[in-house]
Amino acid sequence: MRRIAVLIVLVALVAVPAPPQAQPGAIRIGMLAPLTGPFAQIGKDMVNGTEMYLDEINRQVAGRKIELTVEDTEGNPATALNKSRKLVDQDRVHLLTGGLLASVGYALQPYIDAQKIPATYPVIAADDITQRKPARWIVRTGWATSQPMHPFADWVLKNTKYRKVAAIGMDYAFGYETVGGFQRTFEEGGGQIVQKIWTPLNTNDFAPFLAQIKRDADAVLALFVGRLALQFAKEYETSGLKARLPLLGGGTTTDESVLPQMGDEALGIVTALHYSQAIDTPVHQRFAKTFETRAGKIPSYYSEACYTNMRWIVEAIKALGGKVEDRDQLLAALRKVDLKDAVRGPLTVDQLGNPIQNIYVRKVERVGGRLQNTVIATIPDVSQFYKYNPEEYLRQPLYTRDYPPCRHC
Amino acid sequence: MRSPVVAAALVVAALALVAPVLPSYPLTLLTQVLIVAVLAMSLDVLLGYTGLPSLGHAAYFGIAAYAVGILATERAAGFATCLLAGLVLATATAAVFGVLAIRAVGTYFLMITLALGMVVWGLAFRWVSMTKGDNGISGVPRPELPWPGSLWSPLPFFYFALVAALVAWLLLGVLVRSPFGMTLKGIRESESRMRALGYNVWLHKYLAFVISGLFAGFAGVLWAYYNGFVSPVDVQLVTSVETLLMVALGGPGTLAGPALGAAAIVFLKNFVSVYTKRWLLILGAVYIGVILFAPRGVFGAFTRGHR
Repeated sequence: MRRIAVLIVLVALVAVPAPPQAQPGAIRIGMLAPLTGPFAQIGKDMVNGTEMYLDEINRQVAGRKIELTVEDTEGNPATALNKSRKLVDQDRVHLLTGGLLASVGYALQPYIDAQKIPATYPVIAADDITQRKPARWIVRTGWATSQPMHPFADWVLKNTKYRKVAAIGMDYAFGYETVGGFQRTFEEGGGQIVQKIWTPLNTNDFAPFLAQIKRDADAVLALFVGRLALQFAKEYETSGLKARLPLLGGGTTTDESVLPQMGDEALGIVTALHYSQAIDTPVHQRFAKTFETRAGKIPSYYSEACYTNMRWIVEAIKALGGKVEDRDQLLAALRKVDLKDAVRGPLTVDQLGNPIQNIYVRKVERVGGRLQNTVIATIPDVSQFYKYNPEEYLRQPLYTRDYPPCRHC
Repeated sequence: MRSPVVAAALVVAALALVAPVLPSYPLTLLTQVLIVAVLAMSLDVLLGYTGLPSLGHAAYFGIAAYAVGILATERAAGFATCLLAGLVLATATAAVFGVLAIRAVGTYFLMITLALGMVVWGLAFRWVSMTKGDNGISGVPRPELPWPGSLWSPLPFFYFALVAALVAWLLLGVLVRSPFGMTLKGIRESESRMRALGYNVWLHKYLAFVISGLFAGFAGVLWAYYNGFVSPVDVQLVTSVETLLMVALGGPGTLAGPALGAAAIVFLKNFVSVYTKRWLLILGAVYIGVILFAPRGVFGAFTRGHR
């Protein structure tokens, strides 16, 4: 009896049918997103944005159908690599897109370049993918981590009296690059980073870290993502710090993926990102309204990134007249895209494959009973190098835990 | 002794014959199965033969993978250097951890190995100047070896992994059938009786622990070359737990069973997730099914009676 049961299970495993064959003539796009695990919610936002654009164009471009295959990365680079092999070798996709975590981005890069498969990264922001280790076959349709932070630092210098800022952020590359970008421009302009506190990714209680924050700073710069962003904002207020030290932050600290779950503790936090759900242009308002009706929640930067990413891809395919089989041409077209009326503002792409775009300084306000990232300043045409000379910029090391050094700590 | 060798020879021959006609995606999955199978078999020496459930096995696997990643990218080291460094570091780590862990039994052994595994994960994550932290080390080149075909293409690398897995299986097979292996089984069945018979129980457990670490390191070396990428995910707890599940699923104390378990989990993960986002649910159901209907694993269900 048992043997039979085991045998049935084994046969069932082996007999898993081959996946449906892609129909000929269609343009096949493979997308990677974390659909399970701690990042599943963000993965959902990414897929929602992508699907929304595809539905708007009836999944059709230049007379060819578009077939989207979404694969789950679990937020694990090895799994992401497996799934890309599946998408490229088995599904024969013409283009690869998606990905969330920096580690996934770095893991896929050599594979993508070796396979010579055109790819776009709508969300992965790790600086070096378009800087010191630029990928030939990847076009970034999203952003580089330090890109919003350089102009943000100048904005803070010009529009506030904050000169001594304490930084607190998550202890990984995304945190280092956010704080590092801010620190560089801020200190060049006469400001001082007086403290850097790194919190582990699995922090459950911020009290010990909040207790360390120097009380003689003028403001605090915070970088958190997801659950930690929610918790940090709450504890920052209950610890009494919010009344004494205003809070600045990287964009994800108040991203719309967490903002609806926040309360009054978020009011007044000023952050910078290339997106805000409160951008006041007709094209964005239409997007935000449609998205909310479709998905039942407000768009986050992840949803917008993937929506615009798909539009970017489709524009490139249109420019080619649908001939996606020529990979060199497709890559060239992706690198030439110029979207004047994109949802988040005008977009062009620089030589290393990173967008030049608006950076928005946003302040959390309550409008009509809901929290939103009100845009209080728009800094146009910001590239990943901001005001710096690209060659000189690339000679500097990557922002890390210890770079730039904390000279005023 | 003879029948498993014949069976294995048949499996290997079948794999070797089927490989050239397979499309490249299933082929890379099969390659992955072979590498993970080495890891599962190495844990089987501890769990199945000695009765020590380790929750830190990813540590040796990951340390070897990191050794290869760092040496191959930053020093442009060759295959021999990387292999040797990976094996030595994994073995040395196991030798140190063994001293700390072997004194404990049961749940305490689980806890200690878990904690030691977390130490290695913490190092991988935080020692950024060495490991590049969360970003991981990418672009690990495949080795240039006197091998028919470049190891960069899937088929030659598959044969490479096949030979490596076969060597590991043979060595481990000889080990568990040797008097040393018999002693390990004795310890698993009754530690006090073995002690009464005059065996040095601690030393036997310790050696099993170190040897197991060595083979986990071997799998780690292959893994780094296979993915061309090493990140803290390779040393995290989930990897250890998954390995433990492979052994439990396949049948502890059989060597071939854990290899089968590795195959089942790799294919299940990669095929079922194509059809549904709820693939973890199916994986869970399979685990429960195996525990209910085949508590000694899939392989154990077919070889009842003697082990």
